[in-house]
Amino acid sequence: MALLEVRDVVMRFGGVTAVGGVSFSVEERQICGLIGPNGAGKTTLFNIISGIYRPSEGSVTFAGTNTTALPRHAMAPLGLGRTFQNLALFRSMSVRENVLAGAHSAGHAGFFANALRLPAARREEAVAARRADELLALLALRDVADIAVSDLPFGTQKRVEMARALISQPKLLLLDEPAGGLNHGEVDELARLLEEVRASFDLSILLVEHHMSLVMRVSDKVVALDFGKKIADGTPHEVRTSPEVIRAYLGDGHDAHAA
Amino acid sequence: MKPLLIAAGLALALLPIWALESFHLFQLTLAVIMALAVLGLNIVTGYNGQISLGHGAFFAVGAYATAIPMSLLDWSFWATLPVSAIVCGVVGWGVGFPALRLGGLYLALTTFALAVAVPQILKHKAVEAWTGGVQGLFLLKPEAPAWLALSPDQYMYLVALLVAGLCYLLTANLLRGRIGRAMMAVRDNPTAAEAMGMDLASLKTRTFAVSAIITGMAGSLSAAVVEFVAPDSFTFILSISLFVGMVVGGVGSILGSVFGGLFVLFVPNLAEAISRSAPGVIYGAILILFLFILPDGVAGLVRRFTTKKRIIPGRETS
Repeated sequence: MALLEVRDVVMRFGGVTAVGGVSFSVEERQICGLIGPNGAGKTTLFNIISGIYRPSEGSVTFAGTNTTALPRHAMAPLGLGRTFQNLALFRSMSVRENVLAGAHSAGHAGFFANALRLPAARREEAVAARRADELLALLALRDVADIAVSDLPFGTQKRVEMARALISQPKLLLLDEPAGGLNHGEVDELARLLEEVRASFDLSILLVEHHMSLVMRVSDKVVALDFGKKIADGTPHEVRTSPEVIRAYLGDGHDAHAA
Repeated sequence: MKPLLIAAGLALALLPIWALESFHLFQLTLAVIMALAVLGLNIVTGYNGQISLGHGAFFAVGAYATAIPMSLLDWSFWATLPVSAIVCGVVGWGVGFPALRLGGLYLALTTFALAVAVPQILKHKAVEAWTGGVQGLFLLKPEAPAWLALSPDQYMYLVALLVAGLCYLLTANLLRGRIGRAMMAVRDNPTAAEAMGMDLASLKTRTFAVSAIITGMAGSLSAAVVEFVAPDSFTFILSISLFVGMVVGGVGSILGSVFGGLFVLFVPNLAEAISRSAPGVIYGAILILFLFILPDGVAGLVRRFTTKKRIIPGRETS
């Protein structure tokens, strides 16, 4: 069984159908790219998978659990990590604190155990601190570990989000436009980072992205959407050469989108 | 270095027991209590971002939870503390629920309404037999054990210091660990906090409960120190004073809460000493001066002196 199964998902907002019956799956240790022109329904689908929206119809199964109706905070403990399109860091906290906050779902110590610093709480804290150190090193954040995130440049903040998502050791990492706002060199770095992350962590990645060359370079599999429908699903090469995809991106009369 | 600092701090905190005469020691005891009350408010408002303008209500609940058993049932002061903690925790937790639906300014007004309502509820006929109505309740402060050889005022200062110190220690532990980070994460970005697996409803209501317990402990101490509780000692002015103390001391700062407590107690006295006819004007002037000179509170000033200027890679200046 696949790690993530999206089955016949429909999402309607009032009279508008943003996603009209999409099915696809992500296997373990697979990098799957989700592409499509603006308004294709990528972000809506992403929000359904991450538990922010409940679909009007259809189901999402993650790691054997039907997550369609689960509350938002129940997703991380199942092994779902994510980053955000426009950065959603904890602004006033330091880089290290942000990363440690990502380990929340891996811990159990509550108010009582923390206030008294019971052995269980101390052990958890030590494990989280060690993992945070490893991730800060991996993502080249050690020098800025104690600086408030809001004081850092955009590219660095993106790496903080990545570290924060990775510390809980997710089975599936959802990345919402990770290349957005990055320059050419940074995108190249990101591609290398994604490959390294997959090699050193045992996880799958679902990547929603506009940056076509990045998606084609890192993905094992690409799913293309247009107007809320799936128009292609296959290897990067198959999708790139699909006439439907070419038409969606270059247009046949209506708006053209640069690929 | 650190043990030395702690020893010095302890010595400084204990010194007034012998150095100050009775009235000033009593004042300082009240300042310690206010510092504890401000800490409670800082937990929920400073660290968790839920604005409360009604923490005087929890202070009152704590005070009565100590005064009623001491005055009517002859309980010892110490025995009332767990009762007070439970009562304040439950009330705080309960207030946390409407708080889930009311963000920001609406929550501020709702808690303010609580602060206005509590003194009137305490005067109500239905509870008069317990609360003593408008007259309030008298009680006697606990006496020092014989081996300590301290006057009642000296002993109460020590008790207040001990309870407040313990609460500060537990709070500091709580705030620097997993739960404290979650509180701040929820304040900074609730959407991301949920994606990290944080249950907003449970975190916010429990934070409210902890906050109410801490401020309630301050109320308990004040009942014993003042040896009297009455509804009109806990008007909404108290809630506003605590809020002012938090802002002046430093929002989201443990150390700032100590300064906040000192401000709450001593600045009105100072204003009174400068002008008997218009202390409010002097108080306002001092407050504005503080906010101008120390926009991040006293804690912000301390931070400015203790942290070195940091150079951030990728930026010209910090």
